[in-house]
Amino acid sequence: MKALYSLFLVFALAAIALVGAGALGMERTFGLYIPFLAAAVFVVGFCWRVVQWGKSAVPFCIPTTCGQQESLPWIKQSTIENPSTTTGVVLRMLLEVLLFRSLFRNNQPQLYSDGRVRYASSKWLWLGALAFHYSFLIIFLRHMRFFTEPVPALIRGIESVDSMLQIAAPTLYLTDLVFIAAVTYLFLRRVVVPNIRYISQVQDYFPLFLILGIGLSGIFMRYFAKVDIMAVKELTMGLVTFSWKAPQGIGAIFYVHLFLVSVLLIYFPLSKLMHMGGVFLSPTRNMNCASRKFRHINPWKFENVHYHTYEEYEDEFREKMVEKGIPVEKPL
Amino acid sequence: MYDKGKILTGLAVFVVFMTYPFWNNIGRAAYVKPELEKPRMAKECVENVEYMRAEHMAMLNEWRDEVVRNGMHEYHSSFTHQTYAKSLTKTCLKCHENKDKFCDKCHTSVAVSPYCWDCHVDPKGVKQ
Repeated sequence: MKALYSLFLVFALAAIALVGAGALGMERTFGLYIPFLAAAVFVVGFCWRVVQWGKSAVPFCIPTTCGQQESLPWIKQSTIENPSTTTGVVLRMLLEVLLFRSLFRNNQPQLYSDGRVRYASSKWLWLGALAFHYSFLIIFLRHMRFFTEPVPALIRGIESVDSMLQIAAPTLYLTDLVFIAAVTYLFLRRVVVPNIRYISQVQDYFPLFLILGIGLSGIFMRYFAKVDIMAVKELTMGLVTFSWKAPQGIGAIFYVHLFLVSVLLIYFPLSKLMHMGGVFLSPTRNMNCASRKFRHINPWKFENVHYHTYEEYEDEFREKMVEKGIPVEKPL
Repeated sequence: MYDKGKILTGLAVFVVFMTYPFWNNIGRAAYVKPELEKPRMAKECVENVEYMRAEHMAMLNEWRDEVVRNGMHEYHSSFTHQTYAKSLTKTCLKCHENKDKFCDKCHTSVAVSPYCWDCHVDPKGVKQ
């Protein structure tokens, strides 16, 4: 039901763009105003969220320890899994951010018929997540060909490597295949596995459908219902150089794609997609596991914290305490 | 704010990266859609302009397969009601004489590098 609700939400968004840019002819709104607003909301909202996190105190030293802590000299320390130096922390963060180290630890409990439980390594989520994030990154970079003139060599290089199999014309991008397969896997996993379905909410399904919708509408307009790509570039270049113009006759499917991207950009800072910035601010990852060596000072200002003293507690519950025969300091 | 230096540095990197399309174009000439050189000898292409604009790459790919694999050399146009040879060099380049002023204009602008020219030669290009 939650999945269906999210699916209909994405269909409704696509319909808004189809009706708005297609039937009502609001090309400027859907091609220029909404995308620009969305980009602004994305950048400003992202920074605002990160600053809010930066303002939050970390009262305790709570890094996760995944190996042997630094100890006596003859006990071998796991320097990256349980780092006690800044270099170690940086390496651990790099492993987490670039290779999703913690997903690689994923275990799948298996219950045998005789009641024994076994925890077996399960790498599918790690593989799916890695495929999804990296293909998304490449697709994002590849799109810079619409926002640059002349197109930088790096972006042309990514483009030619991505289409190196030279299948059909326009050439098939390998990342398109990987991307759709990975998003489909990430979705099916939520629907098929009962315990993951149980904890899946609308805010889990919605971004998946939204991203799938963006991918499919992009693929559809590249390989099937073709749009006037030169007019698209005229629009995108105008958008980023503030000489806004909305060329006619691009094709409604382009506005569906662009509107779904705009919705994703606006939704991003409001949602759990903020893990993009949040991963760098996780105290369980970015702190040094040397709490025995260095004292972690709680940065809260204690003079501002209101203590609930015993006297206040007794004032609050005196009648009930007396009723139950609990001794009190001040009688009723 | 705690760890101000590190967080603000990270955010600065993020903002610079994400606003790349905006600052990269500052000071560059405004983008104009490339002007294509129109053929002098012919008035119309094998199919209508909208169709050619959208589907020329698929058409050439199909022509290649039909000529090389099935030996079918003739293209019957439902637009001009004429028959053409399925040939990049003999048909397309006959009217669109200059690859640099026609094909490459849009292809370069949207960073497309078709592999036609891995095998085919551009006759005008060879003479230069």
